[in-house]
Amino acid sequence: MSEPIRITYEVDGEDFMSAGTASTDMKRVLRQLGLDSEIIRRAAIAMYEGEINMVIHAHGGVAEVAIYEDRIEMNLIDHGPGIPDVELAMSAGYSTAAENIRELGFGAGMGLPNMKKYTDEMTIETEVGKGTTVRMVVRTV
Amino acid sequence: MRKGLMDMTIREAAALLDAEVLCGEDLLDREIASACGSDMMSDVLAFVKEHSILLTGLLNPQVVRTAEMMDMSCIVFVRGKQPGEAILELARSSGIAVLRTEYRMYAACGKLYAAGLRPHASEKI
Ligand SMILES: Nc1ncnc2c1ncn2[C@@H]1O[C@H](COP(=O)(O)OP(=O)(O)O)[C@@H](O)[C@H]1O
Ligand SMILES: [Mg+2]
Repeated sequence: MSEPIRITYEVDGEDFMSAGTASTDMKRVLRQLGLDSEIIRRAAIAMYEGEINMVIHAHGGVAEVAIYEDRIEMNLIDHGPGIPDVELAMSAGYSTAAENIRELGFGAGMGLPNMKKYTDEMTIETEVGKGTTVRMVVRTV
Repeated sequence: MRKGLMDMTIREAAALLDAEVLCGEDLLDREIASACGSDMMSDVLAFVKEHSILLTGLLNPQVVRTAEMMDMSCIVFVRGKQPGEAILELARSSGIAVLRTEYRMYAACGKLYAAGLRPHASEKI
């Protein structure tokens, strides 16, 4: 089993306009590796929603991507406020986003459900006041 | 790729919408299979299939990023909204055509729908 390809991205929490840079780059790398376009699409959407969440809810963080022979792993790590009720946060339409975020096209409460829908595995570790780590896996074979 | 009731090219969509082509002149003969009109990017990310056209009144770079993640080939800014150079540059680097129409959302979607372009089959919105 060869070593995975690892990429780490800093996600800037102060700049909504540049949010998505990490997802764009990951998508480019996955394309270069010649992965199936539907698999790339699913991974990119999940990563993008996660990246947006880190920016709008958690002052940014770090995205770690590891590409194995059989899967793509994405870890989104932040030191934001944490999620008090994960089950509630996971429900479609639930959002604490402010009005100004909705005006930017986000905050519909579909991010976490989308991330779950487009990945094969998703786990959320979170502690209020400490931060959140979302781990997602998309299988490639 | 699923075929819509009637696929059309970006060029045909632009003609129906009396739209100005702001970038992606070389992409106009690409076929589009469906369309989606929304100002909520998360809804787009939830429901849309690839090779669709995105109609929106929202004007920020996340519109382009959303289209890019979804493998959408064309964005139409409605209500005569004029995207800035940063948005167009992002679209160029992502291979996405950008159009601009004076029509408002309802009329713009209606014109494409009437011409046979349908939402994706599984889509209820
Ligand atoms: N990284 C995060 N840190 C803190 N809270 C989060 C994070 N991600 C999601 N949440 C919480 O979960 C809710 C639902 O998230 P999501 O489904 O992506 O919807 P939205 O981002 O549109 O609000 C958010 O409104 C927020 O309260
Ligand atoms: Mg979200």
